[in-house]
This record gives sequence, C-alpha cells and structure tokens, in this order.
Amino acid sequence: MTVSSKASTGIAGLDDITGGGLPQGRTTLLVGGSGSGKTILALQFLVHGAKDHDEPGIFVAFEERPARIVSNAETFGWNLADLQNEKLYFMDAQPMPDLVQSGTFDLSGMLAALGARIEEMGAKRIVFDALDIVLALLPDAAAQRREIYRLHAWLLSNDLTGIVTLKADSDEHGAMRQPYGFIQFMVDCAIILNHSVVLGVSQRNLRVQKYRGSSFDENEAPFLIGRSGFEVAVTRTIGRSDVQVTNERVASGVERLDTMLGGGYYRGASVLITGFPGTAKTTLSGAFAEAACARGERTMFVSFDSDSNEVIRNLGSVGIELNRFVENGTLHMVSARTITGSAETYLVRIKTLAREHRARCLVVDPVSTLSKSGNELTAHSVAERLIDWTKAEGITLVCTSLLDEMSSQSEAGSPLQISTLADTWIHLNYLVQAGERNRGMSIIKSRGTAHSNQVRELILSDAGITVTDTYTAGGEVLMGTMRWEKESAERHATEVAAVAAKLRNVRVEAEEAELEARVKSLQLELAAKMTEKAVLAKSAEVHHQELLLGRNRMRELRGSDVGPEELSVTR
Amino acid sequence: MSEELFMFRLYISGDAPNSLQAIANLSQICETHLPDQYEIEIVDVLLDPKRALTEAIYMTPTLVTNSPYPGHRIVGTLSHTEPILQILGLGAARRRRFPGLKERVGGTQVRAE
Repeated sequence: MTVSSKASTGIAGLDDITGGGLPQGRTTLLVGGSGSGKTILALQFLVHGAKDHDEPGIFVAFEERPARIVSNAETFGWNLADLQNEKLYFMDAQPMPDLVQSGTFDLSGMLAALGARIEEMGAKRIVFDALDIVLALLPDAAAQRREIYRLHAWLLSNDLTGIVTLKADSDEHGAMRQPYGFIQFMVDCAIILNHSVVLGVSQRNLRVQKYRGSSFDENEAPFLIGRSGFEVAVTRTIGRSDVQVTNERVASGVERLDTMLGGGYYRGASVLITGFPGTAKTTLSGAFAEAACARGERTMFVSFDSDSNEVIRNLGSVGIELNRFVENGTLHMVSARTITGSAETYLVRIKTLAREHRARCLVVDPVSTLSKSGNELTAHSVAERLIDWTKAEGITLVCTSLLDEMSSQSEAGSPLQISTLADTWIHLNYLVQAGERNRGMSIIKSRGTAHSNQVRELILSDAGITVTDTYTAGGEVLMGTMRWEKESAERHATEVAAVAAKLRNVRVEAEEAELEARVKSLQLELAAKMTEKAVLAKSAEVHHQELLLGRNRMRELRGSDVGPEELSVTR
Repeated sequence: MSEELFMFRLYISGDAPNSLQAIANLSQICETHLPDQYEIEIVDVLLDPKRALTEAIYMTPTLVTNSPYPGHRIVGTLSHTEPILQILGLGAARRRRFPGLKERVGGTQVRAE
C-alpha cells in the first residue's frame, strides 16, 4: 500500500503510527470507553479532510445532538460553522426517545438518505459515531451482524473512507471488552483508545490493533486531548532521522565551564544538570538562559519548582538579571508549579508553548517533576520524547534533575534515566568538610567534546557564578575556607622562601666581593715582591762589578801578570 | 367505530424482506381493526432518498401516523401488533370495554361507543 492510498487524519502522531493515515476507501473501527476521545478523533479526521484535502465529510451522530458536538468542538478552534454544510454535514440519527419498535428493521433508509447527501456534496469521508446505539435496538445478534455487513458493503461500494466508532468498557485489568467482536474481522483498520487512571493521574493511550496491507507501530502510544484537538505522542521510529547536527557551540553562561567543555554546549544538545536540592542547579540553568537571551536567542524557562517571579528574584541575587529579557520578550518564563496531570500533559504544554514562543533554547527545571506519583511508567518515555523533540527542532535543552538524597541511586543515574540520553551531564554535589558545605561541579560526560575531568568548586556570589580549581593536597580535595587557608598558607611559605633565597644571594655576593678584593691585594703584593727581587738582583750585580773593577784596579796597581777578569753578568 | 380516518405513511426500502413484511402486517392490522377507515401511503426511500433525508427516516421500515393527532413513529416490521394497537388507541383495554375507563380529553382519545 502506498502513502497516496492513505487518508491523512491531521493528527500528526497517528499519521506517523499508521504510516500516513487511515486506509483510503476502507473502514476503520474506533473502539473506546466513555470519554476516551472517539468523537473528537473522528471529527478531527473529517475537519482535516474538509479543510486541508478538499474531501468533504459527513458525520452521522447516533448519540449526541449535532449542535452539541459542534459547540463542544468550538473549543478546538476548528470553526465548524465555516465548513457546514457544504464541506461538513451532520446527520442527526439519534433514535427518538419515544420511538416505538415493532419487529426488526434495517438501516437502508439511512444509507439511501446518506447516498443522496453524498452525491450532493461529493463527500469522501464519513463517520458513524456510536453505532452501538442503533445496533442495540436490533432484536438479535443475527440482525446486528446483518446491518453491520450492510453498512460495510455500502461504505466500500461508495468508495468512502469511513470511521465507525463503538463504545467498549474495559475490565478491571484494563483489557478492552469488545462488543460486536466480528466487526474487527471485517474492517481494514482498528484503533483502540484507552483511558485509565494511574494513582489519580489520567493516562490516555491509543493503539492500532490492525491495519490491513500496511505496516504500523503496534505499541500503545500516549495521547492527549489538547487545545487544538488530538495529539498523539510518538517516539522516533527506527530509520527516521531529521536531526540537524551542527558544530556550533553555545555558551553555558559560565566562562570557566565553557572552557572546561571546550567551548560550551553544542547547539541542539541536551544538557542534564543533576544534584541534590540547593546545589545551584537552577542558578546554573539561569546563567544559561541569561547568556542565550544576551545573544538575542528566544528562550523559554519552565519552572516546576517555584513561581516565575520568584525565580527571577532569586537569580537576581547571584547577578543573573532575567527581568530585562522578560520585558523585551526574549525570555518566556513558565511557571508550571500548580499544574498537575500526566507527564504527557506537561510535554504537550511545553511543546506548544515553546512553539508559540519560537524558542531556540529551553530550560526545564527540574525535569524530574515528570516522574511524580502516577507518572513513573510514562515519565521516562516522556523525557525521551522531550529530548528527541528538542533535537529535531534544533533547540538547545538544559534540564535539571533532582536527586533524592534518600534514594540509593545517588550519582548512578537520575530517576528518569535520561542521564544516558543527555549529551552533556553535569553533576553538582556538596562536599562537607570541616563544618562547611561547598558546591562541587564535575562534568560526568559530554558527548563529542573534550572536557575536563577535574572536580571544580562552584562559587556563587552577587557578582555571578565563578568556577575555581579545587585544592588538592595529599590526595584530598579541599574547598571553601579550607582551600583558602591552604592557599594562603602556601602563599606565605612561598614568600618566606623567596626572602631567604634573596638573603643568601646577598651573602654569597658579599663573599665573592671579598674574595675578589683579596685576590687584588695579593696580586699587588706579588708585584711588589717581584720588583724587590729585581732590585736585589740589580744591586748584587753592581756590587759584583764594583768588586771586579776594584780587583782589576788593584792588579793593575800591583802590576800583576794576570789579565783583568771578564765581567760576567748573572741575573 | 368512529368515522375518523387513519392516515398512515410507510417508508420502505425497495423490496427488502423487512419492508415487504411491514406492508403485509400493516394491511392486515388495518383490515382487521380499521376496515374502510384508513389510508396508506408507501414511500420507497431508495427511489426518493431526499425525502428520507428531509424527513429524517433512517431506519426502514418506519410507519408514521399523522392522523389522528398526535403522530407517532413506529419502527420495524410491525410484527408485534399489540403495541401498535395501543398507540392507535385500539388497545385490548378498549376492545374489552373496560368498565372503569373514562373518556380523556386531548391526547390519545379513547372513545366510548
């Protein structure tokens, strides 16, 4: 079956599950209990056909007055008045209360009347809402079966894409009791709507039970009746990929954290900040919001914990000024403190609001609210879809998650287990030392980015958030005043050592100077000695000469026969 | 028997077994209980579907009585005669001339002969 032979329902999630919509020209059975949304789904199918596909439709109402259906549907903004009667026709087929019955009957009158109407308006889609009402009037099972066959054959021969809705009660185990079971074997597609209450929280689910000639998602999908009608939640089916991956970085709002992450978070990434209460999760996410707004990116801040004004005031105390961005419309604060309901409701509301605000950055504080009582089962899937959706939209998501101090999970994982889904996981914790609690920050993981694996200290002041290195000494991590003490002691010791070194330097210089002076005086002494020695030598020679001269003279005088002695000069 | 005329309109769909049965049953009731006092108009919705639409006839066969006032709609093959006679004021109570029965004003009139 190709996509062209499917009739789009206008319900995004349902079209995804069925691979394009309901089978064109065939009959779809819609079964559900009271208040499960059968009429709304069926009507939305007609409205979508009439508005967007130029396929006029007929709504056969067995149970409710058309006027009431129309006025109920007004809340979804479908403007049924514009579509009536050319594009959308309501047939009031409620059995009259004073109807007298005598013997069996058939529906050929209605089908003949509808045939006339279909020809007039060129209808392509038809809904029989609450067929069980009229079937109940038939005296026996054989007659009921006969009329269902008649209806089915008529739908096929008129080439109409039809929805037949039937009421069904579910038993205490939640299993659907299906009346007129044989209808399911006859129709080409069957959808079951389920509405249950888990721990006081309403949970709606939709399941496609069969779809002839087409593959479909067989699992239950949660759905919600929202402001514009039906919304079915679907997780990404395998093989679908519409995520725009980018290398662009967005600032986290804390300079040192950006450095630790190698430039900041990735655009479109999902960041999880976990920690015990009071570890500055909100502050860290507030810093991100401020940085995003300062870049001019539209941002939405969803706070489950406190009122938005409180959040602004509290963040103001650490130098994060969000008020100006709220005023210029860049930042949209959503306080979801008072909203109770299913996790599904939260998700749909967040999605709708974020879309309306055209948010590029989203903060959910804390996302663990989703797993409040009654939502344990669905919360994980909701968190998954939140991340999936933000990724598909290219929204950078920062969510915080509370770790319950009493829980044994501690650092191992957040209650929603989204720590495995998140791209970046920052963990904040307390370190208690010497009567002090200090905040430590570590990056547990960050996909695709080099990141520091050192624990840092997070310091909050009225100037903002700063991240400092912790002091590690002897295998111990020190924070707060102990770090300060250690640091100042170290600083002091360094100064003392520097002075001592200087002193020794001076001393050595003095000794060197002294030695040099001594060398000089010795050299002078040596020169004097040498001169003295030369003088002595000289005087000895002169003396010897004198002696020689004297001897020669004496010889001359004596007239000696020995010749004069040679003058020998010795030095 | 009063001279009042009973006007019946029977909506049928072609020659469906239910419809044929209804025609037969209606004729028999009229002949038995209202000889010469009735008129039957038969409308085939397959031939005139627009009429079915405007008159909101969705189940066939449907018998519509407009006279005597007030009108009624009876759906089905008319095989259970008793409820029909009750509606038409020809119920068993009247036929047995129940002694305590009083004449009513308005509504379905029960006439003493």
